[in-house]
Amino acid sequence: MSGKKLRVATTSLAGCFGCHMSLLDIDERLIDLLELVEFDASPLTDKKHPGPCDLALIEGGLCNAENVHVLRELRKQCKILVAVGACAITGGLPAQRNNLDVRDCLRSVYLSGPGLAGGGLIPNDPELPLPLAQVHPLHDVVKVDYFLPGCPPSADAIWQFLTDLLAGRTPALGHGLIHYD
Amino acid sequence: MSDPKNTFSLDGHEVPVTAGQTILQAAEASGSWIPTLCHHPEFEPHGSCRVCTVKLNGRTVSACTTPVRAGDVVELDTEELKGLRQNLVQFLFTEGNHFCPSCEQSGDCRLQAVGYALGVTGGHYNPLFPSRRVDASHPDVLLELNRCILCELCVRASAQVDKKDIFALSGRGIDKQLVVNAESGRLADTNLALSDKALSVCPVGAILKKRQGFLVPIGKRTYDERSIRERDLDRAKEDPQ
Repeated sequence: MSGKKLRVATTSLAGCFGCHMSLLDIDERLIDLLELVEFDASPLTDKKHPGPCDLALIEGGLCNAENVHVLRELRKQCKILVAVGACAITGGLPAQRNNLDVRDCLRSVYLSGPGLAGGGLIPNDPELPLPLAQVHPLHDVVKVDYFLPGCPPSADAIWQFLTDLLAGRTPALGHGLIHYD
Repeated sequence: MSDPKNTFSLDGHEVPVTAGQTILQAAEASGSWIPTLCHHPEFEPHGSCRVCTVKLNGRTVSACTTPVRAGDVVELDTEELKGLRQNLVQFLFTEGNHFCPSCEQSGDCRLQAVGYALGVTGGHYNPLFPSRRVDASHPDVLLELNRCILCELCVRASAQVDKKDIFALSGRGIDKQLVVNAESGRLADTNLALSDKALSVCPVGAILKKRQGFLVPIGKRTYDERSIRERDLDRAKEDPQ
């Protein structure tokens, strides 16, 4: 490997940051990782827009218009895009609303659900991204180069995946590392 | 080296064959794993899920239903066939609603375990997110059609072992679905009992016994410690067919 570090962007779209937590769970191996990569736009750096990157690790599916913009921006900037975790790969937990009408969901949460005092409003500030009618996995919208499944993928699975990729091998998760749950 | 008259070629290796064996039986007897979903050793081969697809003398066939003869040439683990089997598993995942993180069957599910063994990491196809029925009417059994892969194992078990004919498939193509043999269509209005064979053969989480989903913790389940490849081959060794 050359001395130049790979630039890595990460983001969480419609996710819970569990996959990012699992990335941090690689513990002291983070020090080895930082010898090989530097982070671009990521919750870890607080940089908001990605520059040209080698690798994008994307957690979460697409539940609103902003998710789609962020995903497309990353796809333009990165060479290799990885869908990380059940939500990025299948839509995951947020996609469990896909057979409900999004208006009914909003009404239920803000107007008619149990425990509400009444007089509520469905938020409609123009700065709020509009929810999509259905939650989509990343590959519904952009080309995905690799899928790293799990809810979340274990720290060992993330480490195996990254070390394979950084060494120029096709990432392969054996028994015990590949998990959909 | 075995007598060439009593062997067939499996990915270039000569494998013994006895009269009447299917490709699947002969392969398992020799220690080669072929993934299956609709197959169950206690039932007649069905050949509907196609994940056991191999090439017999250059033609694609289902290994569970096709007899093998001495001198045949069978391809099993070629790149082409591995890709095809992955696609079949991806079709099944994208046609239904298979959300493993919330499924009680996770870790005991053959579809999931076959996906792991074949290295299926993502859906590839655009998911359909179908809207299917959940029947919780029965006091002891849950029927979750979002997870059904139409293998007909419950249909066969209910008809052949339980002699009750509680389940059937209805409809065509993408609209095909599992139906319940009761005027109301509800499981509660059948004579289904907890001891029925039909309740123990579902390869996925479509038919579940209530209040038992988490008796065995995640991490200690059927395919957690040993892969489906090892488990299937062990079963074949214990119970050669």
